Amino acid sequence: MSEKVIMDPLGIGRALSRISHEIIERNKGTEGLVLVGIRTCGIHLARRISEKIKEIEKSEVPVGILDITLYRDDLLTKKGHPAVRKTDIPFDLVGTVVVLVDDVLYTGRTIRAAMDELMDFGRPAMIQLAVLIDRGHRELPIRADYVGKGVPTSKTAVIKVLLSEEGTEDRVILRED
Amino acid sequence: MELKRKDLLDIKGLDQEEIQLILDTAESFKEVTGREIKKVPTLRGKTVVNLFFEPSTRTRTSFEIAAKRLSADVINFSVSGSSVSKGETLLDTARNIEAMRADFIIIRHPASGAPHILARNLRSSVINAGDGLHEHPTQALLDMFTIRERKGKIEGLTVAIIGDIAHSRVARSNIYGLTRMGARVRVAGPPALIPAEVETLGVSVFYDMEEALSGADVIMVLRIQLERQGKNYFPTLREFARLYCLTQERAGHAKGDAMIMHPGPVNRGIEISPEVADGLSSVILEQVTNGVAVRMAVLYLLSGSGEI
Repeated sequence: MSEKVIMDPLGIGRALSRISHEIIERNKGTEGLVLVGIRTCGIHLARRISEKIKEIEKSEVPVGILDITLYRDDLLTKKGHPAVRKTDIPFDLVGTVVVLVDDVLYTGRTIRAAMDELMDFGRPAMIQLAVLIDRGHRELPIRADYVGKGVPTSKTAVIKVLLSEEGTEDRVILRED
Repeated sequence: MELKRKDLLDIKGLDQEEIQLILDTAESFKEVTGREIKKVPTLRGKTVVNLFFEPSTRTRTSFEIAAKRLSADVINFSVSGSSVSKGETLLDTARNIEAMRADFIIIRHPASGAPHILARNLRSSVINAGDGLHEHPTQALLDMFTIRERKGKIEGLTVAIIGDIAHSRVARSNIYGLTRMGARVRVAGPPALIPAEVETLGVSVFYDMEEALSGADVIMVLRIQLERQGKNYFPTLREFARLYCLTQERAGHAKGDAMIMHPGPVNRGIEISPEVADGLSSVILEQVTNGVAVRMAVLYLLSGSGEI
């Protein structure tokens, strides 16, 4: 088993800065823009991107929280349910441009669930996707609009995103058997 | 953590962590019930059967709404006009429902232990919605949820349960749950309506309302079960009301911020005065709102046991 640090604090910071710039550039500012982080790491990343956008554009982009548990497609087939935590979208989604934020894009199933849940909250004008790591192996026709780092992996590999908000140093680790 | 059980039959069999898990999960579901689209796809394709052998509006509707908000299909099986009146046994009725591939059977029955018989004999998940004089677990869970939401905790609170303790499955479930969660529980009522040796459940007994209410954080008033009062437990309703009705003045003996609960339906002017039932300290309608979230949590957690 080998373990490799594929992103350090500086790397993560730079990737988020670039993503923030790209979000502003692509959307020509922050008008109508909202960020929605997917529990748990996505929330921290969304808040950091919101901070960076504020530094660059001097405007506040609101951050919502999505818990996709109740929309998962494996609930009825898998034994043992994951804990349900709260979703918190404290703004109206109708007509907004939503940037969904997650740490790792893998099969795409989480993003499918997230989009279904978002749609139940209102009809956004557009949904975009920002991820820190894209590790491939998609099982659904989904791609990210903003990617921190593309990492080719085997299906058995494990990617761990550690963030300072959870009490560790910022790091992305790739573990292979 | 998961709930590793197929059925929810009573509170007595739940440990502190399990109660905690149900209440925490219910908190998330309360957020769902506050959304504009109050429906999530979680239990799509599952079938819930309400099998009620006793009249009920609140509990049956609450389960029905909870199941529908989780996208399950709900069938209400009414006992009058069914084959039960043609002499079919409880177990046969339930087996027939299960043969139609019901995933959950929610049962209310006048006989204590009826849900346990079904649970032992069926693969479906069985939820007790009130059995005889035994337990009403989801009512106690929603009561504990409401207390925790209002007071921020259950541990250390003094809860006074007032009225017809003997006939109340709500009281029994709450006594098990609240004592397990670390509350001090008092029961009060006319001696004939206090079960013998109730102290062994860890509660203190009072026959005087003022003493029972003094310093209480929570007052839980029970319904006088007029339908069960065939025998003479007390001389007249008027005398009961004179001694035990929760009036504004009596409620004043509890703490200033005491909350007042009632599982419904309310007999106004008998166990609780209209001013108190509708007053600022009353959380009676909040209990009803929370009931849906708690029942959603129970359905969700039981469906994750992998047994159904």
